[in-house]
Amino acid sequence: MSESKTRRIVINPVTRVEGHGKVSILMDDQNRVTQARFHIIEFRGFERFIQGRPYWELPVVVQRLCGICPVSHHLCAAKATDVLVGADQLTPTAEKMRRLMHYGQFFQSHALHFFHLCSPDILFGFDADPAVRNVIGVARHHKELAVQGVMMRKYGQEIIKATAGKKIHGTGAIPGGINKNLSIEERDTFLADIDQMIEWSHGALELAKGYTVENLEMLSDFGSFPSNHLSLVAEDGSMDLYHGNLRAIDADGETIVDQVAPADYLDVIREEVKSWSYMKFPFLKARGPEDGWYRVGPLARLNACDSIDTPQAEEARKEFMSVTDGKPNNITMAYHWARMIETLHAAEKIKELLNDPDLQGEDLVVEGERRSEGVAIIEAPRGTLFHHYKIDDDDRVVMANLIVSTTNNNVPMNRAVQRVAEDHLSGKAEISEGLLNHIEVAIRAYDPCLSCATHALGKMPLVVELIDHEGRVVERKTKS
Amino acid sequence: MSDTFTFTVDGVEVAAEPGQTILEAAQNAGIYIPRLCHRDGLEPAGACRVCTVMVDGRPQTACNFPASEGVVVDNETDQLLELRRDIIDMLFVEGNHWCMFCEKSGDCELQALAYRFGIAAPSFPFQFPADRQADLSHPDIWIDRDRCILCGRCVRASRDLDGKHVFDFVDRGPAKRIAVNAEARLRDTDADVTDEALEVCPVGALMKKGTGFDVPVGRRTYDWEPIGSEIEKRQTQE
Repeated sequence: MSESKTRRIVINPVTRVEGHGKVSILMDDQNRVTQARFHIIEFRGFERFIQGRPYWELPVVVQRLCGICPVSHHLCAAKATDVLVGADQLTPTAEKMRRLMHYGQFFQSHALHFFHLCSPDILFGFDADPAVRNVIGVARHHKELAVQGVMMRKYGQEIIKATAGKKIHGTGAIPGGINKNLSIEERDTFLADIDQMIEWSHGALELAKGYTVENLEMLSDFGSFPSNHLSLVAEDGSMDLYHGNLRAIDADGETIVDQVAPADYLDVIREEVKSWSYMKFPFLKARGPEDGWYRVGPLARLNACDSIDTPQAEEARKEFMSVTDGKPNNITMAYHWARMIETLHAAEKIKELLNDPDLQGEDLVVEGERRSEGVAIIEAPRGTLFHHYKIDDDDRVVMANLIVSTTNNNVPMNRAVQRVAEDHLSGKAEISEGLLNHIEVAIRAYDPCLSCATHALGKMPLVVELIDHEGRVVERKTKS
Repeated sequence: MSDTFTFTVDGVEVAAEPGQTILEAAQNAGIYIPRLCHRDGLEPAGACRVCTVMVDGRPQTACNFPASEGVVVDNETDQLLELRRDIIDMLFVEGNHWCMFCEKSGDCELQALAYRFGIAAPSFPFQFPADRQADLSHPDIWIDRDRCILCGRCVRASRDLDGKHVFDFVDRGPAKRIAVNAEARLRDTDADVTDEALEVCPVGALMKKGTGFDVPVGRRTYDWEPIGSEIEKRQTQE
């Protein structure tokens, strides 16, 4: 870094993501990017303040760390408490109700991200007028699409309410099972609309695919880099978003680890702490902290699985993989396409489950021999989520460790930011809003949930500051 | 009965028998007088003051004040509603009541009263007491002192219904807390999961272990109707 004329650009906060983060970019006197970092500036204290509470509160308390994907934390904590109460095999009703809740969550969360957060960038362009490049602009210029986005979210949220009791922060999953089944009336309400949801999922998928294929040359370089990929897979290697074992592959598709049981995650995953972020940096032990970082989420899941067990999503997966000749896809912006394949998969799974009479079963809870330690892993919409708890003889939580999806994607997001900064900002004396949005576009591809990764506090105006090497603010722009 | 007499509650004539309290007689007539420390089947304590009414112009606790012929009782005046609201409000800030993850939510009488009185958020400053130790030592029952409102229902139920005297109060003022009849821990008492004391706690302070969220949202006691509705329905039916 130049000692004399370094300048620093800060994007604070990054917009159209869940939660609060900022980007800082250091440039030397030739306007070359010397460093670009994505900082998570919130603080999460859940691992500490859950200590001393009884274990059966975990699914209800820990989900409070997020208002966007509480279902993922609710279910992951519930799965960990299953281990604690010795419920190794749930009843079919309990397992399927939880899966229905989970697919409902995927459906609404992916729809929210694609329609509300991402679509302004791909519909209007990265550097379009920000007054248009937002969800209101989508509603104004692509009304049908905006309505579909809202209705798809609503459908997923109603599924969550029917399975968890509430749309946000429900109580459905309990240690060893579930506290309700699905009534015939509830089932019929959802069945009436599911084909429409599948059709709209196809529409969104076509939009994401078309955009990616048409702009493949540009997107292949945009914020992209080779990386390892991590996700849960079923025993037969197919995609399973609710339960399975860990698989990690490298950028060329070589297997690093496979079928690692959740309880053994510490054998393969390690976490590193860095002074400039509240987030930890997980890595694959086998490859070490320098090379062992990996991506999670839709892109990683599509890359890691061998197949998808619903026919329409499987067709879409094959098409997706054909773009890279069956090798892992390392294009950051391909996350959107992968996310829409998963949305279709979730809709297909919802239909499959709704037609399953087990959802009306009465046998809801099992338990077995109590244990003092429980680990669970689930695929949250944003990626692999780990919950690990230890309890004492009095049922108190004495240790909690959470590795959330966004934490897993910490290094990749920083790589994406660095890459975009180097490619699009380096050498430019004037940094426009549109150029800065390129940075945010790359971050948004990962759909980070910064509230989960840390914990949300405060309001979110956008502040961009240019700071010289002595810390003086040269220029400041604010957008509320 | 020949000894039956009448008095009025908010101008409505109510029949009573000798020995009945104002709260009992009003309740039989389908009039709900809010209460927290009182519960049918337990000896009245007059501790929480939520059931305060005006009897011939003087404040009295309806749960333990005997009904008598011709008295004029005011129950739903603006002044009384405000006083009750303030008591409930203060109970919230005096403890650590986090409804959002409390397993008693939906079945909690304190929460239900807050909803009935339209308390969306406390208007007094939170006290955040830090010294309220939970006791999870018993295999089947636990005490969360963060949520205890010192109503004394468990003290009376354990003593009078269970014949055990497992619980009692210790210390005074802000330090007052529920204690167990042992050196330190609940597991060293003869408390049992079938005890009546467990059933009477109006809040999430004394509970069965591991079953907190078994009842789904929508089927909990106060999910659809406010507390007191079951009493007020008597009036409508008649």
